[in-house]
Amino acid sequence: MAKKYLEIRWHGRGGMGAKTGALLLGEAMMQQGKYIQAFPEYGPERRGAPVTAYNRIADEPIRIHYGIKSPDVIMILDPTLLNTEKVWLGIREDTVFIVNSGLSPEELKKKFNIKNKLFVVNATQISESIIGRNLPNTPMLGAFVKATGALPFDAFLKSVEERLRMKYKEDIVEKNLKAIKKAYEEVKEA
Amino acid sequence: MEKGKFIKMALTGNEAYAYAMKQINPDVVAAYPITPATEIVQIFSKYVADGLVDTEFVPVESEHSALSACVGASVAGARVMTGTSSQGLALMHEILYIAAGLRLPIVMAVVNRALSAPINIHGDQSDTMGSRDSGWIQVYTENADEAYHSVIMAIKIAETVNLPAMVMLDGFIISHEMEVVNTLPDEAVREFIGDRKPLYNLFDFDNPITVGPLDLQDYYFEHKRQQMEAMFNAKKVIPEIVKEYNEKFGTDIPAFVEPYRLEDAEYAVVAMSSAAGTMKEVIDAWRERGEKVGLLRLRITRPFPYEELRKYLGGLKAVGVMDRAESHSTQGGPMLQEIKAALYDLETRPKVTGFVFGLGGRDFDDEQANKILEMVKELKDGKELPLYSFIGVRE
Repeated sequence: MAKKYLEIRWHGRGGMGAKTGALLLGEAMMQQGKYIQAFPEYGPERRGAPVTAYNRIADEPIRIHYGIKSPDVIMILDPTLLNTEKVWLGIREDTVFIVNSGLSPEELKKKFNIKNKLFVVNATQISESIIGRNLPNTPMLGAFVKATGALPFDAFLKSVEERLRMKYKEDIVEKNLKAIKKAYEEVKEA
Repeated sequence: MEKGKFIKMALTGNEAYAYAMKQINPDVVAAYPITPATEIVQIFSKYVADGLVDTEFVPVESEHSALSACVGASVAGARVMTGTSSQGLALMHEILYIAAGLRLPIVMAVVNRALSAPINIHGDQSDTMGSRDSGWIQVYTENADEAYHSVIMAIKIAETVNLPAMVMLDGFIISHEMEVVNTLPDEAVREFIGDRKPLYNLFDFDNPITVGPLDLQDYYFEHKRQQMEAMFNAKKVIPEIVKEYNEKFGTDIPAFVEPYRLEDAEYAVVAMSSAAGTMKEVIDAWRERGEKVGLLRLRITRPFPYEELRKYLGGLKAVGVMDRAESHSTQGGPMLQEIKAALYDLETRPKVTGFVFGLGGRDFDDEQANKILEMVKELKDGKELPLYSFIGVRE
């Protein structure tokens, strides 16, 4: 199918915030004047179980309603999921990987035999040190913005801040923004 | 509001429903806000707690009670809304008929979810297809944006014809998917719907009335005939209100059906709700290859738009009807049977086959859409097909 849409597939585990990450990205892209979809694939909801979420981003209304089979960008919140078959479904040569890992891009490429364009950020370490627990979704968004240039970083931060403010206390919002900025600075490409 | 000047919001289907309810600001909402219901009523209850609506919110112990409370409030002249899904709607079944028989313009936001057993709360239309003869107006929407506008319109439609209306969107597929919704300002919504002007008021003590008495062989039939008159009337009123809404706000929402690329089509598919969106995109690809194929999206099933179906489908060679529900009749899904019946009296009519797909939230994708189009094309070319087929299932 012609690439009318930018398609992003998130792989995480229950509790890592893959769904929230997709929603935050969707909202930020809408504020850039785009049409968006953000939706999780729901199974039994359990902490630690693999979770998939999706974003479609387009310049026109999006009419299709099914999971993303061949993503342009894949967001891996837990690198152990690279051992699962589902992550590799529909991966093309030009699919961009953004992975949460403490390994260097070169080490990660070697370990999982990744031949694609790869961005790596230690989102777990960043979130644990700033937010206080493993919530890699927001720092991974910082890495996404740096890696794809899909939207201006300032505009993205403003959007996330507004959305988080609706639900969370001031210090949580501040910590998330700080984590996003750190990930944006630290993400490495290979 | 300036026409077409929407306030764009990124909302899930559930949030879009709840936001529409907030802007409608109903007098009473009674609901059972626990699974199988989605978070619509939970979100709405926050609006209540935050003082953003004037609504009397009645949390009850079951869906049967929820709709019963809605009936009581509506009889008293209140503007009443509720929402549910799946087993919740099934538990309301008895009261659905009472709401319709008492001619109460209650509006219900339904997220279409499968019925047990086996236990499943994902998107299919088994729940509301089971309510199709209950006397409610039934609107099936394609996406969160259309669901939002349709709920607002449903208030005016229901209160004009004095019948209850349920507005549907697909469970999870739309209810839990964030999309761009073109919202209206609060005052535009409130101006459009105005105040409910009930014909009778239980609390008008100078003109006392009796509601819901025994009505046996002497008058029951006359009352049912009158109820049916309201549904006939809905056929006239619905397109008028949809047109008024579109003209006022700059939306482009179809009334009963949405013809898509049918102008010179030889064959077509009838689809509802979110599956129609996916099908439109696949039909575009077939059109690019020169295939004369189109889609008719069925949006309102009660009252049933048989005239429109005859108009758009009558001249075609072959039609495939998609049902995201079973009728367990062995002759196909509910819409297949109703559409066949609508076409029967035509002198020349298309060959028709049916497809049951997506039960229990099975993803309906481009692959399945292509398969359906291939089969309808074969039917057009003279191949014999079964009464209906199951698409996307392991056999």
